[in-house]
Amino acid sequence: MSTGNMNLTLKVWRQKNNNAKGALVDYKLADISPDMSFLEMFDVLNEQLINKGDEPVVFDHDCREGICGMCSMFINGRPHGPKDLVTTCQLHMRSFKDGDTIVVEPWRAAAFPVVKDLTVDRSAFDRVIAAGGFISVNTGNAQDANNLPIPKMQADAAFEAAACIGCGACVATCKNASAMLFVSAKISQLALLPQGQPERYRRVQSMVAQMDAEGFGNCTNTGACEAECPKGISLENIARMNRDFASAKFISEETV
Amino acid sequence: MSDINSNIPEGELTSKWTKYKSSVPLVNPSNKRTIEVIIVGSGLAGASAAATLAEMGYKVKCFCFQDSPRRAHSIAAQGGINAAKNYQNDGDSTYRLFYDTIKGGDYRAREANVHRLAEVSANIIDQCVAQGVPLAREYGGLLDNRSFGGTQVQRTFYAAGQTGQQLLLGAYSALERQIGMGKVEMYTRHEMLEVVKIDGKARGIIARNLITGEIERHFGHAVVLGTGGYGNVFYLSTNAMGSNVTAAWKAHKQGAYFANPCYTQIHPTCIPVSGDHQSKLTLMSESLRNDGRIWVPKKKDDNRKASDIPEDERDYYLERRYPAFGNLVPRDVASRAAKERCDAGYGVGASKLAVYLDFKANTERYGKIEASKAGNHNPDKETCMRLGTAVIKEKYGNLFDMYAQITGENPYETPMRIYPAVHYTMGGLWVDYNLMTSVPGLYCTGEANFSDHGANRLGASALMQGLADGYFVLPYTIGSYLSKEISVKAIPTDHPAFAEAEERAVGILNTLINIKGTKSVDHFHKRLGHIMWEKCGMARNEKGLNEAIQEIRALRAEFWSDVRVPGTADELNTELEKAGRVADFIELGELMCIDALNRNESCGGHFREEYQTEEGEALRDDENYAYVAAWEFKEGVNFELHKEELKFENIKVAQRSYK
Repeated sequence: MSTGNMNLTLKVWRQKNNNAKGALVDYKLADISPDMSFLEMFDVLNEQLINKGDEPVVFDHDCREGICGMCSMFINGRPHGPKDLVTTCQLHMRSFKDGDTIVVEPWRAAAFPVVKDLTVDRSAFDRVIAAGGFISVNTGNAQDANNLPIPKMQADAAFEAAACIGCGACVATCKNASAMLFVSAKISQLALLPQGQPERYRRVQSMVAQMDAEGFGNCTNTGACEAECPKGISLENIARMNRDFASAKFISEETV
Repeated sequence: MSDINSNIPEGELTSKWTKYKSSVPLVNPSNKRTIEVIIVGSGLAGASAAATLAEMGYKVKCFCFQDSPRRAHSIAAQGGINAAKNYQNDGDSTYRLFYDTIKGGDYRAREANVHRLAEVSANIIDQCVAQGVPLAREYGGLLDNRSFGGTQVQRTFYAAGQTGQQLLLGAYSALERQIGMGKVEMYTRHEMLEVVKIDGKARGIIARNLITGEIERHFGHAVVLGTGGYGNVFYLSTNAMGSNVTAAWKAHKQGAYFANPCYTQIHPTCIPVSGDHQSKLTLMSESLRNDGRIWVPKKKDDNRKASDIPEDERDYYLERRYPAFGNLVPRDVASRAAKERCDAGYGVGASKLAVYLDFKANTERYGKIEASKAGNHNPDKETCMRLGTAVIKEKYGNLFDMYAQITGENPYETPMRIYPAVHYTMGGLWVDYNLMTSVPGLYCTGEANFSDHGANRLGASALMQGLADGYFVLPYTIGSYLSKEISVKAIPTDHPAFAEAEERAVGILNTLINIKGTKSVDHFHKRLGHIMWEKCGMARNEKGLNEAIQEIRALRAEFWSDVRVPGTADELNTELEKAGRVADFIELGELMCIDALNRNESCGGHFREEYQTEEGEALRDDENYAYVAAWEFKEGVNFELHKEELKFENIKVAQRSYK
């Protein structure tokens, strides 16, 4: 019940390491089932390569449930492939046709250097969070959770911003390699909640400064990030971040 | 009967933890600054411990194999987290959460640990909300709750179907805060390959930088493993692809006992296998059983579409067999009942290894409520379904989308097809009340330890345990050990013990690379998984387990002579990483079968076909098996059994009944 009848040509980016020069390499695959996930199709390719004595394609992946944010393929010119609101691991081969040629590249951005083949280094995102993407509360001092009622609409809006999985598709698809959708999602989540207020303006300044230091580009309101985000993170977050950033210059007594 | 000491404090159950906290020796702030703690794993149990210990002033190093600590598999937990808050005024209490957990675990967990877990559960919710974790709320602004299996109260807090993600991102942000302040050194894309022991105490680890292949030595006054469960021993499970047992297994080989390895949880509601290409299985949260009714056709081999089978020809077998808990029986009970129906020929779908999870009745019920809110007290069916679908979508939208994406079917229109799959492992490294393993200075937290869930974990208890261990238990208990270590200076990593441990790790890597056999790592992993699922899965028997042990030994020999690992050890080599992990899974698989064979009873997730009641329920043997089986590793892949007797002084041990 497993083998299918799809025949495919893959053009896959191969690059030995960050210093080596990379190139697209052609592979033929036969008998692919439409019920396979895109990454299971890559498992089939890798099994073939290993059996031939070649080195398998290295790609990031872990949960394969669309939530860890680790998978990161640029498929036919789109991060996470042709379907909206879906990560690469949740993309299935029924979204392709028999005979298709599929081009698979790594995320491309100066701030995301290629590590090997389709794997890139996204540690810049962690450093942006470390710069201020938190509420400064140590373990053990919290008041009873229900002492702080939060209107449902507000809690839901914070939750929607918090749904970001940190995959980096927004950066990969942006012509400026901007990380504003990612950064603004975290800033918005905390700015929408009462717990986030004390550090609100300090946070936006530190995180934006770190974002710039990492070499991410600027935002020119194209909206590709929102269109390609597998979790539907809204551009409104960028507007909120910009508003807070501008306000911070006037309101905040602290400058970072 | 016990030959190991669990170090449970004396005194009344309800005051043990309070007294312990007040009397545990402390480490003063200036000493904390010179004490180093290594934490392996950055999931709920690892990240929360790393952040908290750094806040307290210790020097912390944290390691994960993923590219960021935010990717740990805790992130995939969907349904919720339990806490005895009694916000719903439905009679919940610390005692009830304690009782439900002990009973749910089929009386195979340690009373003192479970009571402590129930005590700190409420603090977890407070802490997470303070961090800005957006848990679900009601219109009044207060936190919302839902029901989970094995309980009759609503104590589960949640964030849509992404509770694990939101809690992990909370712990991750606390961790990143400490990283930014320079109090935690984070090592991503690093895998622990050895524990370093000096004079019998854990004093560090050997780790491999997965990008460069470099082998690194790291010293710590203590080492904490929060490295998750070992469900991937079955190849197919709901775990992430990288989830592995290697850190725990290396610790086991250095003297840490491995407890109750055969207790594995098969989750009843997962998307069925679609073919041989399958690389992992996807869970559909247990919370769906709040609103989904499970059924199969009453007629064998019924090939009609679900919608063509009339109501009176459907067998809602859980509601029939367990009227008191219905669709919300614990996971082990629900899984076995599904297997029983499918084995008897009532399964549905192409493979016949699936049952229906049907939301129609509750969609209609919700629709009626919504219509009545809008003043329409006699709505037609279509209106009900339309309004009810919106309610279902808000509750479970992301799960329904995931189901549709994976199966290509629309679950709003046809019932989901589900089947049990390996999900969680209750067994793990043996720890005492302090969460310390049998190696002094080596701690184990979260799913990686064995301590709180007995033979079966209740839904929404894994997130609770991981965060309880990391935020509220370990930071206290580790102090009792470290307070005696304050005079120990950081040991230089050129100490012979580091060199020996490194030699062991490098030896294994080189051996794997140099076998140059004919079969891929996945080939062996799939074969191991097949043996485990068939013979040490949902139902086990003596004959099958004996066969499995022989087959696994043969597979181990074949692996070490015929595995093919391309590339070299001094580069990013994902096949080499997998090979090391599968080598450890093979040894663990054998121990799981040995443990299952030793345990001549059925309890929780461990079901021995020889030991069942007339109605097919698990039949425990409290006289002979009310103990934790803690296995010691012996040279040449042999294991010696140690027993920790379980004493139930506060709960009357009874046959579990959900009827």
